[in-house]
Amino acid sequence: MKVLPGAIDCDIHPTIPETAALLPYLSEYWRDQFIIRHIDRYPFTLASYPPNSPLSCRPDWRPETGLPGSDFDGLRRQALDAFGVKYSICNVLHGSIALFNEDMGAALCAAVNDWTIDNLLDKDSRLRGSILLPTQNPDLAVKEIERLASDHRFVQVTMLAMGDALAGGRRYWPIYKAAEKHQLTVGIHAGSTFRHAPTYSGWPSYHVEDYIANGPAFENVLVSLIAEGVFQEFPGLKVVCAESGVTWLPTLLWRTNKEWRGVRAEVPWIERAPADIIRDHVRFTIQPFDLPAGDAVKLQRILEHIGSDSVLLYASDYPHWHFDGEESLPDGLPDRLMQKLLNDNALETYPRLSQQGNIPAKRLNGENLQ
Amino acid sequence: MNAPVLDKSIQQRLAIVDCDIHPTHKSPASLAPYLSERWREHAKTFGAHVRQGLTGQLTHPRMMAAGQRVDAYPSNGGPPGSDLDLMRRQHLDPNGVQTGMLVALARGGMEEQNQEFAAELSRAVNRWQIDEWVSPEPRLKAGVVVPQEDPQTCAAEIERCAPNSAFRQVIVSPRTSEPLGRRRYWPIYEAAERAQLPIGLHPAAASGGYPSTGSGWPTYYMQEHYSFETGMQSIVASLVFEGVFERFPKLRICMIECGFTWVPAMSWRMDKQWERMRKEVPHVKRPPSEYIREHFWFATQPIEEPENPHHLSEVIDWIGWDRLVFSSDYPHWDFDDPRYTFKINLTERQRSMVFRENAQALYRL
Repeated sequence: MKVLPGAIDCDIHPTIPETAALLPYLSEYWRDQFIIRHIDRYPFTLASYPPNSPLSCRPDWRPETGLPGSDFDGLRRQALDAFGVKYSICNVLHGSIALFNEDMGAALCAAVNDWTIDNLLDKDSRLRGSILLPTQNPDLAVKEIERLASDHRFVQVTMLAMGDALAGGRRYWPIYKAAEKHQLTVGIHAGSTFRHAPTYSGWPSYHVEDYIANGPAFENVLVSLIAEGVFQEFPGLKVVCAESGVTWLPTLLWRTNKEWRGVRAEVPWIERAPADIIRDHVRFTIQPFDLPAGDAVKLQRILEHIGSDSVLLYASDYPHWHFDGEESLPDGLPDRLMQKLLNDNALETYPRLSQQGNIPAKRLNGENLQ
Repeated sequence: MNAPVLDKSIQQRLAIVDCDIHPTHKSPASLAPYLSERWREHAKTFGAHVRQGLTGQLTHPRMMAAGQRVDAYPSNGGPPGSDLDLMRRQHLDPNGVQTGMLVALARGGMEEQNQEFAAELSRAVNRWQIDEWVSPEPRLKAGVVVPQEDPQTCAAEIERCAPNSAFRQVIVSPRTSEPLGRRRYWPIYEAAERAQLPIGLHPAAASGGYPSTGSGWPTYYMQEHYSFETGMQSIVASLVFEGVFERFPKLRICMIECGFTWVPAMSWRMDKQWERMRKEVPHVKRPPSEYIREHFWFATQPIEEPENPHHLSEVIDWIGWDRLVFSSDYPHWDFDDPRYTFKINLTERQRSMVFRENAQALYRL
């Protein structure tokens, strides 16, 4: 067993077993609505991760019953004990973020976050949280950040790569302002609410194409954050691209540097090379790592092309299927990188990981709701 | 504005093939002789019907001179790319262009919603390319533009043009109504394969109606321009995963103006997911990287410029030096000068492959 003592896993996916489990966290109004309209019987599974698809769950991590990632004992054994992690950051990807009803989306996100406290953070001290944001309405997303910020076990906020709009747009700046204020990292995770076709020529036929499209989507997200000047406006902001793939990054660095030289009159607030801004502010989880298995030479070259030992974060992406056995690291990573990749980079990216866990007194159910 | 002509002393030493040159109409009236009375009237009265909020202009304004080289405006009026003499003096002669592949973007019917009008425009632009460019200047080769949303008509136009050896490829806009691998477009591939013409994919000005990114519309031209690259990545995935190359094993695709350093990472990503998801796409028999290696060529402009220039040749080693073809994008603002395109020293062999031989093989020149 390949244990990585002290490692910080920056992307795991616990799953809420069923929507009914969220009812205790909803206000009376929403609880009634959910029960009367049978909304509590819907799965709220994101279409980006069909539950029975091979990429949504590694075969030996699939619980005998229920959704991938929904068996807490299995998760503890497979994701935490097996790798010997110090912390794991939970991205609970829940369909609430795909709803069009902004109030319902916000109520459900709040319920997901409260469920996370009771069922994950309170149950295992190695788990850390990421606040699922109802980005349908950035004002409500900010409220959700403010509601939970005092619990320092939340180290991040979660948005999707393909949501209502590109992440750099000014509509999202209040979210970044709140995140910066509270030293919360902004986690942008693979996936789409399919508000827009995943490609610029429309809707692909196959799930595998949707998944592939996440790589290019992250490129566009980063170009958006750069072009809009988000890191000039919020110099303390850190962004983590989770499950983004990594090996497209050199192209992004090279192209944005060149674009900037050609178009900087259009975006005069960008005062230095985009590649350097990205290396300072953006981090990438290492699963999946798109490279032929066992090709240490290519890996070495890609790391040189990326040009920084600070941008990669260890992650298993549990229970998504990117590797088998305990081989959660690409072959041939140089020794000099290990300590940074497994631990130091995460501590630098998530300031809250180093802060003493401040756990506020228990909230009243549904307190967050109108 | 008079265009400076490059000094002969700095002429390109190698005779080259330029795979992306844009000819333009002097004015909308230039196309009138090639349109029937009915469509001349239509063009005058209604104009183009495209899927964007502004008519007659780009929604992401370019960085200078409407996206053109400022020095490429002909002194006798008209837009850059509309004057053959200037093109000869400014580009073909001094840069040693032995063969120039025309990519006629404007008014070719690619983006036109009215399908009959689109078909008429395509036929008109194809005849215009021959009469006004290739006949007077045999160094230039035409690309068959097609009304891509009407694949049967595309196939007929490819068949009509193919016997004329002035046509060396079929130009399709990547911003279609559906991803290009989907079956509705297969008649285009069938006709192109039969005619032994490669498909040239070049970013179009107007969209097929879908946002430039999977997360919506970009704010700035910087982002819009970047999306030329991300959009093409999805098209590679679509063509491979739909099984286009299983059905059309001799089809060749040239991707123009979308960069190329992304190709290895995209190939690795597709291979990995193909392993995982094979049951969804059983018609894809081999690892995607094999289809990519066999069926795709990439034009160089706008070339990526790594901070360490040697990284570029490492990436080209992964793609294959036989798959890059030089392109300048004349007369657009982000023109790549063949003398300065590469910041690294290519070997003589690499240089003649990228600047000439690969394109000669691809286009049977």
